[in-house]
Formats: sequence, structure tokens, C-alpha cells
Amino acid sequence: MTNAISARALRKVYPGNPPVEALGGVEIDIADNEFFTLLGPSGCGKTTILRLIAGFEHPTSGTLEMFGQSLLDLPPYKRQINTVFQSYALFPHMTVAENIGFGLEMLGRPKTEISQTVGEMMELVQMSHLADRQTGQISGGQQQRVALARALAPKPRVLLLDEPLSALDFKLRKNMQLELKRLQTETGITFIFVTHDQEEALTMSDRIAVMSDGAIRQIGSPREIYDHPADRFVADFIGDTNFLSADVVENRDGAATLRLGSGRTIAARAAQGVNGRVTIAVRPEHARLGTPAEGLLAGVLSDAVYFGTDTHFHVTLEDGTTFVLRQQNSPDSTAGFATGDPVGVCFPAEVAQVLRD
Amino acid sequence: MAEIPDITARRAARNRWLLLMPALVILLVAASGPLLITLVYSFLSPGDYGGVEWQLSFDAWFNVFMQRDIFDDTLGWSDAHLSIFWRSVKLSALTTLACLAFGFPTAYFIATRPKKQRDLWMLLIIIPFWTNLLIRTFAILELIRNEGTVNTVLIALGIIDAPIQMLFTEFSILLGMVYVYLPLMVLPIYASMERFDFRLVEAGYDLYATQLQVLRRVILPLVKPGVIAGSILVFVPSLGAYVTPRVMGGGNQLMIGNLIELQFGQGRNWPLGAALSITLLAIVMVALLAYVRAAGNDEAHHG
Amino acid sequence: MAERVFDIRKQTGFTTIAFACFAMLYMPIILLVVYSFNAGTSIAIWEGFSWRWYASAWENEQVQEATLRSLVVALWASGISTTVAVLAALATTRTRRFRGQTAVFALINQPLMVPEIVTAVALLIFFAMIKVATGYTGLAYLILAHSAFCIPFAYLPIRARLQGMDLSLEQAAADLYATPFQVFRRVTLPQLWPGILAGAMLAFVISLDDVVITEFVKSAGQDTLPTYMLGQLRRVVTPEINAISTALLGISITMVIAYTLLSKFRK
Repeated sequence: MTNAISARALRKVYPGNPPVEALGGVEIDIADNEFFTLLGPSGCGKTTILRLIAGFEHPTSGTLEMFGQSLLDLPPYKRQINTVFQSYALFPHMTVAENIGFGLEMLGRPKTEISQTVGEMMELVQMSHLADRQTGQISGGQQQRVALARALAPKPRVLLLDEPLSALDFKLRKNMQLELKRLQTETGITFIFVTHDQEEALTMSDRIAVMSDGAIRQIGSPREIYDHPADRFVADFIGDTNFLSADVVENRDGAATLRLGSGRTIAARAAQGVNGRVTIAVRPEHARLGTPAEGLLAGVLSDAVYFGTDTHFHVTLEDGTTFVLRQQNSPDSTAGFATGDPVGVCFPAEVAQVLRD
Repeated sequence: MAEIPDITARRAARNRWLLLMPALVILLVAASGPLLITLVYSFLSPGDYGGVEWQLSFDAWFNVFMQRDIFDDTLGWSDAHLSIFWRSVKLSALTTLACLAFGFPTAYFIATRPKKQRDLWMLLIIIPFWTNLLIRTFAILELIRNEGTVNTVLIALGIIDAPIQMLFTEFSILLGMVYVYLPLMVLPIYASMERFDFRLVEAGYDLYATQLQVLRRVILPLVKPGVIAGSILVFVPSLGAYVTPRVMGGGNQLMIGNLIELQFGQGRNWPLGAALSITLLAIVMVALLAYVRAAGNDEAHHG
Repeated sequence: MAERVFDIRKQTGFTTIAFACFAMLYMPIILLVVYSFNAGTSIAIWEGFSWRWYASAWENEQVQEATLRSLVVALWASGISTTVAVLAALATTRTRRFRGQTAVFALINQPLMVPEIVTAVALLIFFAMIKVATGYTGLAYLILAHSAFCIPFAYLPIRARLQGMDLSLEQAAADLYATPFQVFRRVTLPQLWPGILAGAMLAFVISLDDVVITEFVKSAGQDTLPTYMLGQLRRVVTPEINAISTALLGISITMVIAYTLLSKFRK
């Protein structure tokens, strides 16, 4: 089956002195029906990809296809792709219903069909009661829904969402996350979602592409990205991570033995041929406190910070670095350790992720 | 790697020039083109009844500053022209200073009003700015002429016996120009003051500055771009003023603009008029260039 | 004892000067208007209220002709300059720097930079050549000259409006299958209207008020209201001039206030 969107060596350079390379040869395949998220800090190139797909920008080189057809010669108005803009971009001189019907009107659909679809769309986003309002008279959350309905009304094959939730407050954002996921499942349209919010990406996406500096660092399901970050950037950008140095003692077809700073060795998975000094990542919630004897690493408990649902323990290791552990609180639990106590850091060997340089 | 030709960009460039065409044609025909012809005319000989003879001559340019004595044919500075140039520069500079003296406090006053009032006060400045210059000149003329309001009131009060001759003097031109160009000073100064952060004044007082020091060391340096803009905006049209010196100077106190007109009327020396025009244009361009430089530097400073 | 409040914004004497300034700006205009209603022939001695000078201006054939001519020229000039200014503004906003941009801006703003008397003289010379060559001496010269110097006045508010417009709205329209022309007609133009109207009004007022260029460009017997008034000032002045001035002032002030309201509209 052909991919909904497929990009090869996609490059975008903005002219100037010096020229700015926003995208450096990106390869990406997005399947039909997928909820795909581009995640990264601002300036990483994620919005540029979106604007190239929408047709607002022209790539410097590379190919870009939708369902096997090149998009490059098509102006935005000939692409069956719609966008939910970050600023919503609702037409201020039109009502809610006129905004939603605009795309169908431009496509020259008959009036009856337009009004029927507009009705359905307003139903879908629960805005029917505000059809005749001017867009300036409705709240931010409502504007968001109108923008969504407007983009869905022409039934595009791909929907682009450019940080659509960033302007909403926390609670509304949570609701809309679920709502978006529901809409995607119901409509079966491919969603390409841009965000810098890792939690948003993890909760909604089928697959995530983590980007930085105009390049894709890793593509995978939320679980893969979180549990098996490919490199230091991904591990650092998504969630909290402890980075440890280790030496590869032996590497047999990916099954490696690593020696930690403490001298203890663990078995871990690594890419073939990886040898010498490596960095491994351990998530704070994957480790627990123990006695110095049972721990893989030894140190002194320097701080315990209470966070309500859990407690963060800061352990100063023998080499002077800090290791953070996160342990869930329960009514009867006490940590059993006081600051200043010598402690051990325990974690199962399989949670240690060997990172690519 | 082969770059993809950006068709949209090329099409946009073609459309841009198509859209610009009508405006550019009108401006070339009725603004820029004629200026070039004027430049050409300044190198021709005057015709007997106005117009030109198509004969190369540098007399016009020579006559801008110099003259040949009619009796002994010696060369000398053209006193008549130089005094008119001097008057134009002097009156324009004085106009600028007077406008600054009145305009700066006015702009400051408006900028320190509550936000809602400011637009209303500014409207009071904008209205005269957009009303007919001739009518405003005429309004001030009525005020100071011999049988005008000021003299009538002063005589009625017994302060003077005979009307004071104010009209047709350099003073009356100055008064007229200050009156007419004052809004041009207030507008840019206000624009830069509106953005001024008055917490800086608090900081100034906090650090022991007096009122005058706050004005000189804190406020003035930060609104300087507005002051420069206002000064240029007043100085440039003052230098090229035609209506106000004609009405208020009554033909006795000429400025460059009137001297130029004279060459196309009684003087019947079009080449000289053309040369004088180009001279005036050159002076104005130098002033504008200096302004762009100053504004540019300032932006680089603060930006 | 009342405590003296320290006002950080106070600068001694500034308020006094400001009020003097406003008085100076408005007193002459107010007197001008007041004496337009004078029953006597003086512009300084009040002899009672009367409409007589308005009536006399109204019946003055020269004034009628000049007024009509002023309006015709101003309507044409504002129409032409606004139309070409809209096109030029569309071409020059929201684009990257393009080749010739500085030259285009210099050309468009030329009427604001070159002293009016210089332009007037240049047009006198140029149009004299054309008049000799073609024999045509009609109003077209005035209309063309006015159109040219009105362009920057129409261009600036339209451009400002365009620049203030949210670019993503047009992108949204293109995204929703609107062709470039549909984008312009359905999204750009409806939002640009206040700017266009403001530009047109500004151009109209500027054309209506012009003295210098008109004085040099007009052929014999082509007085507009301002040049007619300039000619009258050489004679003994009666409040009839005040009456005409008041009427013109009324038009200008109405336009300026409407313009101010328009440029605030939906911002």
C-alpha cells in the first residue's frame, strides 16, 4: 500500500546571508490512517515540513509525494490537504458556518451539499448552537473547534495540525487531545500533528518523529521512543533521563556486556560493532533505592524531594555525578533512607539503553 | 543535487511587476520624468518669451550664485540670490527651532495623558495637519494684517494708536511657517514618546536625577529619533515653501520657492528657474540623506 | 495637611506650552470661521451674524466653476491613485526583498520628498512641451499631476493595512481550495476595504487642497478653488473668502475624522 505522505531527501534552504538550512535531507513515510506527530523544539524544522506538505513553501530539493503522486507542482489550493493553523486563521469577516463551508464553496459544491456537510461538521465538533456567530465573538476553545471543522469539512486525505492546542489552557488542552484522537479514528483521515509538547505527542500519536536541527533523530511508536531512545538528544528531550558512562567489555551480535563506573557489569542490548566507551540512559522511574551492597551503583542520598504522587531521590554517585530516581508514594510507604545515608541504585539490566553517539 | 526550479517564485516576480506597472507609469510620467527634463532645461538658453532655445548653455547654473556686472562686466557673487538663499535657510532653521520649542512639550503633554485621551489630543494635531495649507496661512494672515484682529484689538484697547506693520516681514513669514508646519514636528516626536517607558523616568529619579536631568539624560536621548525626524520634516518643506512666503511676505520677502516661480513668470528665464529648482532639490536631498543616515545609526544603536 | 504628590511625568512649563500650542493652532481657524458669519465687510470687526457671505460665494460664478473643477479633479485623482496604489501595495507587501525594491519605494515616495515647487516647475516645463506638441489644454494635465502626487498618500494606509493583515488567513483560504483570485476577492479585499477607503479619502483631501502644483500646471481659466482663493488674496479681502474657507475646512475635517475612525476600525 502506498504511503499517505512520502518524502525523500527533502531539503529546504532559506536564501540569505548566510543561507539558513531549515531541513537537511529528510526521509519520511507516513502511512494512511495514521496519527503521525512531528515533535521537537522550536526551530527544529517540524513546521517547515508541514508548510512544504501544505504547499506554502517550496522545497529546495528532494521529492514529496501524496499517495504516490508528486505534490511539487501543485499549488496549495490543488492539494487535497487541509491545515489547522496555530493561530486558527479564522476569517474575521465571516460567521462560524461560513468559515466551515468556505472550502466546499471554493470547490464549487452545490449549496445543499455545503449546508448539509457544514451541519454535520458543526455537530461533530459540538458547535451547532453558534453557527451564526462572528468568529471574534467565540472563545479560544470554540475557535479551535471551528478551525478543526473547517479543515475537516472538505474531507481532505491528509490533515495538518500546526500546534493547534498551544493556545488553550491546561484542562481544555487535555480534553482536546482526547477529542482529536477520537476524530482521527472516526474520520480515518491521516493526521500529521506538529508539537513541541512531548506529553501531547506521547498520548495521541501512532508514531512520532523526533526532530532537531532540521533532521529526524528517531521515528517510532511512543513506547519505542520513550523506552528505547536512539540517541542522547531523544533521551534528553523526551522525559527525564540519567546518563551513565560505561565500557563495552564484550559485544556479541548486539548482546553486550557493559562495565559501569562502579565496576559492576551488566548485560544490555547494543548495536552490532559498538565497542569502547558508550553512554547509557536509565529512566528515573525504572530504578529503585537499595542498600549499597545490592545496588549496581553506590552513592550517598543527597536529597529527597516530595512531589505528592511520587518522591524524587537524588543520589550523589562515587564519581560525583547525580543520579535521580523516582519512586511512587503509597500511604504506608516510607523511604527507609535519610539524606546522608550510603545507598545503592538498583535497576534491571534491560532498562539500560545504550545510546548512539 | 539538482535544485527544483521554483515556478511559484518566478510567477510571483512577474505578477509583481505587472501590478506595479500602472503606478510606476504615472509616477514616471508625472513626477520623475519631468524632473529629468528640468535638469536638461537648466543647461539650455532662455527663450525671449519664456520657454527655451535648444542651445547648450551654462549661464543658468552660473547665474544661480554669480552675476556679471552690467556696467563693467566684472564677475561677482549674486547678492540678490545669495540673500534669498540665506533668508530661506535662516527662516527654515528658525522655523524648525520654534516648532521644536513648541512641539516637544506638546508631544510630551499628549504622551503623558491617560491612554484613552491621547488619540483625542492627537486628533487635534492631525486635523490642522490635513487641512488646507492655504486656508491656514490665510487664517494667520487675517490675524496679523494691519486691519486684522490683533491690531484691531490693540487699538480698541488703546495700547497702540496706529496698526503695527507685521505682515510682509520676515517675522510674518516665520510666524506663518511655524503655524503651518508645527503638526509635522509633533507627530513624529509623539510617535517615539508613545513607546517611551516611563519606568525609566522613575529609575532616573531613584538615582538622584533632578527634573531637568531626567529630561536631558533619560527622556531626550531615547526620543531623539523622533526629534530628528520632526526637525527634518519641518526643515525640508520650509526650505521649499512657496505659498506661505508668497502670502505672508507679499512679494517683498522672497524665499527660494518664490525666486523659482519668478523665473517662470516675469523673469522669463526658464533655464535659471530649472537650475534653481535642481539646486533646491539637491539641498533637500542632502538633508534627507543626513536624516536617513542618522535614523539608520540610531536604529543600529538601539536595535 | 495635604500631602504633595510627586508626579514623575511632570516637566515644569510643558503643560502651559502645550495649551499655548493648541490655542495657537486653533485660534486663527476659529476666528476665520467666526468672521465668515460677519454681517459687515470686515474680517476683524464683528457687525452681527449673517449668512450673506455664504450666499454671495454660492452665487459667485467663478466660485461655482472652481468648486466644480476642484471636485472633478479630486474625484478622478483619488480614484486613479487609489486604484494603482492598491495594485502597488499588493505587489510590494509581504514579499521578500526583490531586485529594484529600493528604486520602487523611492519612486512611489518621491512626491513626499521632492519639494512641491520643484515638482510644480518640472510639470510646467514638461506639460508645456506636450501642450505645444498636441494642442490639448484640457483638465487631463491637472488630473494626471494630482494622481501622481496622491499615490503615496493612498499607498501608505493601504500598505499599512496589508502589512497588519494576518498572512495565515490567505494561506488558510488557499489551503481550502481558493484560487489566488478567489483568495483576493473573498479574503484579502474584504479586509482591505477600510485601508482602501482611508487611502482614497486621504488622496481626495490632498488633491482638493493642492495649491502649488495646480497653480503651475493649470491652463488659462482652469482655476480650482484653492488657486482661485490665492488669486483673490491679492485684492481687498471680504469674508466671502472666509466662507469658502470654512466650507473647505468642513470637508477636510469630516474626511480626517472619518479617516481616523476607519484606520482604527477592526484593529
